[in-house]
Amino acid sequence: MERFMSQENKVDVIVVGAGPSGAAAGITLARAGKKVVIVERGSFAGSKNMFGGAIYEFPTIDLYPNFKEEAPIERVNTQHRYLINDDNSSVSVAYKREDQSTSYTVIRSKWDSWCIDMAIQVGAYFSPKTIVRELIIKEGKVVGIKTDNEEFYCDIVILADGVNSILAKQIGLRKNLNDTEIAIGVKEVIQLPKNVIEERFNLSENTGCITEIAGSPMKGITALGFMYTNKTSVTIGLGVNLDELKKRKITPNELLNKLKKHPAVAPFIKGGELIEYSAHLIPEGGYNAIPKLYADGVMVVGDAAMLVNNIHWEGTNIAMLSGQYAAQTAIEALEIRDFSSNMLSLYERKLKQSSFYKDIKSYKNAVKIVHSNSSSFLKYYPEKINEFFEMFTQSGFIPRACLYRRYIKNFLKDRKISKLLYDILNIIKIFFDAIK
Amino acid sequence: MDIENLDEKLSTVKTNPDTQSHLIPDEDSCIRCEEKSCIYVCPASVYKWNTEEKKLIVSYENCLECGACRIACDKQMLVWKYPNASFGITYKQG
Repeated sequence: MERFMSQENKVDVIVVGAGPSGAAAGITLARAGKKVVIVERGSFAGSKNMFGGAIYEFPTIDLYPNFKEEAPIERVNTQHRYLINDDNSSVSVAYKREDQSTSYTVIRSKWDSWCIDMAIQVGAYFSPKTIVRELIIKEGKVVGIKTDNEEFYCDIVILADGVNSILAKQIGLRKNLNDTEIAIGVKEVIQLPKNVIEERFNLSENTGCITEIAGSPMKGITALGFMYTNKTSVTIGLGVNLDELKKRKITPNELLNKLKKHPAVAPFIKGGELIEYSAHLIPEGGYNAIPKLYADGVMVVGDAAMLVNNIHWEGTNIAMLSGQYAAQTAIEALEIRDFSSNMLSLYERKLKQSSFYKDIKSYKNAVKIVHSNSSSFLKYYPEKINEFFEMFTQSGFIPRACLYRRYIKNFLKDRKISKLLYDILNIIKIFFDAIK
Repeated sequence: MDIENLDEKLSTVKTNPDTQSHLIPDEDSCIRCEEKSCIYVCPASVYKWNTEEKKLIVSYENCLECGACRIACDKQMLVWKYPNASFGITYKQG
């Protein structure tokens, strides 16, 4: 790393973290001919990272125009399936369209490494196994980074150091996180033959399916399960809010074991072999949790800036976009040698214009409403939806008219009218937030 | 084969543990702490309470470096650092 630095150990920009946002920042700066170093604590890019998950056509294609042909992509997602579970039953809805898709499953260790390789090819310097312990601050301005045994200087630091971003906290851009605004994701990657995956998920060759799972065994808990299909493995996991685990005294691994056993889920992974268990935090706070994104000499991007759309499970797209915008801002700042917070505020203004940011804003109340009414949205209604379909599938001695009447009676009996109205109001509120 | 056992699951993660723990709870605070949230939020069951010794046992070598304990610790009395460079987990899938 020293060799890449000038005599004063100084470069234009240091990017901390080699995930999707860090790589996006690095490649954008390198393409503009700026001297940029990307530091990463893991032994290679992606080695400490984990997600569901999917990457998206936009803004990936702007950053890596060749990604569809050359990047290590697993499957093109052409199907999206929603499972609403009760304890022994499940209602599912699937949307499928084969001729267009905007998301792809990837394996992070391969994908993140590929992105960094692209950045290196255009002149970025990559320094793995490098832990930044703190930022160097002079006269209130961020001017560099401190590793365990060295100091490196730059004009701008871009913090892409992930959800825990200890560095953003050091400079006061982030406060202590609250356990209601953070979820933990746990998942297992389960190996299965390619044709078995395609048969089980009803997929044509090389296409993939994203499955979202609500309700049992996470009934009443602010948690959602997921499955993603890779070439020869299925990822199964869940995200659960930390406060729910504390309150219920249950571990994420126990919940995941229950999810794998649910009758609507188990057949998908039957007979497969576990090849990796992993865990990672997810910023779930939404719009209200996004901190100030810049200060003198520094910008925060990706998970470090809590930029996640938790309703649509999007994070890698806005991570890449924020990295790209921070880099574009840095390029302008370097032209006029102004690294003040006033200049760098351009990054936030750019980001606020993006559809990803606007999406997060329109859902700003949705997660809070679902979380504080989880016994309604994640227990009572999933149960009632399952009971509704049960009426149509059971043929027996009771006339259907009686079943219908009983269903309506129970619907009103099990829940106070005032509570039902309150739920309806909440749904209307989420709806109007989303369209305004 | 479906694996439920956590130790078996953790054996699928490539790790290179350091000789020193990167997770250091404040022992006095742990004794007073009633919630012991770290035990429940951890995906790798790194934390176990030893009732006889009244001490939190920290199996840091199993840590997946997620940071859940850091946020969940009600007393904010846990020193949480990333493991030193080239130590800790390496995900091959992720």
